[in-house]
Amino acid sequence: MADLALAPQRARLEIREATAWDRLKHNRNWLGFWFMLPALGFLIFFLAYPLGLGIWLSFTDTRIGRIGQFVGTENYEWLWDDAIFWLSVFNTLLYTFVASAFKFAIGLYLALLLNENMPFKAMLRALVLIPFIVPTVLSALAFWWIFDSQFSIISWSLKHLGLITQNINFLGDPTWARICVIFANIWRGVPFVAITLLAGLQTVQPSLYEAATLDGATRWQMFRHITYPLLTPIIAVVMTFSVLFTFTDFQLIWAMTRGGPVNATHLMATLSYQRAIIAGQLGEGAAISSAMIPFLLAAIMISWFGLQRRKWQQGENND
Amino acid sequence: MHDLTRRTLLQGGTALAAGAALTGPALLDFARAWADTSPWKPEAGAKLTLMRWKRFVPAEDDAFNAIVAAFSKATGTEMNVFSESFEDVQPKASVAANTGSGLDMAWGLHTLPQLFPTKVVKMNDVADYLGKKYGGWTDAAAKTCKLGDDWLGIPVATNGGYMNYRKSAVEKAGFKEFPKDFPGFLEMCKALKANNTPAGFALGHATGDANGWLHWVLWGHGAYTVNEKDQVIINSPETMKALEYCKALSDTFIPGVASWNDSSNNKAFLAGELYCTLNGISIYVAAKTDPTKKELAEDIYHALHPVGPIGKPTELQLALPILAFNFTKYPNAAKAFIAFMLEKEQFEKWLEGAQGYLTQNLNAYESAPIWTADPKNTVFSQASKRTLPASGIGTPGEKAATAIADFIVVDMFANYCTGAKDAKGAIVEAERQLKRIYR
Repeated sequence: MADLALAPQRARLEIREATAWDRLKHNRNWLGFWFMLPALGFLIFFLAYPLGLGIWLSFTDTRIGRIGQFVGTENYEWLWDDAIFWLSVFNTLLYTFVASAFKFAIGLYLALLLNENMPFKAMLRALVLIPFIVPTVLSALAFWWIFDSQFSIISWSLKHLGLITQNINFLGDPTWARICVIFANIWRGVPFVAITLLAGLQTVQPSLYEAATLDGATRWQMFRHITYPLLTPIIAVVMTFSVLFTFTDFQLIWAMTRGGPVNATHLMATLSYQRAIIAGQLGEGAAISSAMIPFLLAAIMISWFGLQRRKWQQGENND
Repeated sequence: MHDLTRRTLLQGGTALAAGAALTGPALLDFARAWADTSPWKPEAGAKLTLMRWKRFVPAEDDAFNAIVAAFSKATGTEMNVFSESFEDVQPKASVAANTGSGLDMAWGLHTLPQLFPTKVVKMNDVADYLGKKYGGWTDAAAKTCKLGDDWLGIPVATNGGYMNYRKSAVEKAGFKEFPKDFPGFLEMCKALKANNTPAGFALGHATGDANGWLHWVLWGHGAYTVNEKDQVIINSPETMKALEYCKALSDTFIPGVASWNDSSNNKAFLAGELYCTLNGISIYVAAKTDPTKKELAEDIYHALHPVGPIGKPTELQLALPILAFNFTKYPNAAKAFIAFMLEKEQFEKWLEGAQGYLTQNLNAYESAPIWTADPKNTVFSQASKRTLPASGIGTPGEKAATAIADFIVVDMFANYCTGAKDAKGAIVEAERQLKRIYR
């Protein structure tokens, strides 16, 4: 009996107990962690750290070149009853909503058009991308000349046609200025929406349309019940990006109006730049930038939760 | 197509002026002789890194570089000069002050030395030496650089902007000479508009032009953003009067001034659509050097700002002070260089290279040849005498600079003149913004 009892013990000694280190070595999650570390490092250093630093700065009275003291929510309190800040919030929301709505409508229209069979299809599709390819600052400068108060080509043409007697005050009148910058933004943003939606359209199976045709569906019914539902996930993604880009727009405004006339086109991003970099009050500029975060989060949340819903994904009422 | 900015406009005029810069052996001989007798002996093996604002007039830069080269040769000081655009000079100087390295000297804008009074070499001896030798410093220049009795830097020059007008249009409007007071100026602008030869002054975010003429209107009425103790006093009956005056004035302007930036009036004036505006000498220089604009150049004249109801000049011109950081290892070399470049033999040539873009802050240079070489240059010689510091009557310093950079005064006038706000509302908003800055 004693022999029998000893033998398995010896055997167990030969097969070493797996130590914690052994287990860790073969743990896929542990390995995965190391593979993800570089990406994590990038995210922390280039995204999380600047974001955190920005938020921290907004709680200090830092000026350019000088370390600030912690001042709590003082910057935000001053912003709270700052009429120019609220005007910039209003401008940003107006700019984002109007521009995004137009970009979606025109982009979808263009995508449907480009999805049809027509001569020079490839070339036309490439042409649509041009506004997107031109560097923003260049196109902004072009618009600045187009809408110049003295040398506008539009005013010039209309004057020569005898339709107006005086130059249109494009960038000097608050309403006109807003229309002009929104127009420029739409012009620039449409290709992105159009081309992405076009890509989405091409994933729709032609057999669905064939079946619908056999069933005697009209063009509108085909769009409403096949194209649109299948396109919704793409629309959600595209419009989220479009809203984010528009909300944080800076170059167009800065090159065209610098926020003028009398702050009528100041967006939160441009006001933040003016206060932080031009006027040197980094803390306050950071507070304005940080105030954009809730709006951006809201936009992301809407699309995030929207994307989770099967109705959005499949376009059916089965959620 | 030309991009008509102030800089490119001036480039044409440079080939002409470049020849005028003092060059070669003559300058070097003077530099050697000067170095032998100078009160400041550069340290052995001294090396200076100097940051300056990026020039708008290439000939000015050439003249400056000639001075640097001569100083370097005569004293054995190694000079490393680099330039930054207007907007970048102050942040970079601040970072150097903050970290205590990178720069020995900085030549910047407005009240730069006031931003870090504890980080600069006191320049009292240099200021005394130059002041005694060259007829004393102008008021505004001294205020810009002094803290109590100490000189934190040396006000090298001032960049002046004055009334640019078309003589034919002003005469046709019934004025033999440019008006000298506010009511006369308003009458002239009304007459110019009636003749369809309008005046125009920027009401947009034009850092130089808009701030320049609107502070002049504000101060001319005896209104200020802050008082001597830096308390906000913008909400005053005087400000109200300034707003009303400005509104009446802006009704006579060419349409679109609310969208103007610093180059807009240059373009419109050179295109023959604008007949009176506030600007540096650049419009005239551009017209003078363009053969197709000969007639225009002959018709362009310059005038001093009319004087407001308070009875004395209240212009806002751009001060350009230089400073040396106290962490430099070679303070004597820095002082020697500053004194050297402001000596007559260099400075007059330098002014010539700048073609009127730079104005002296030392009274004796009012008789420099540049101011009489072309009679149309003459008014620009007054810039530093007739300006207030950027802070008005308040303390020159970073808060005043912030208020200007943030367009507080510009927006107040623009709000009322464009009808975006009533007078009271415009003032209250400006008051609120000023309190934010002067808290």
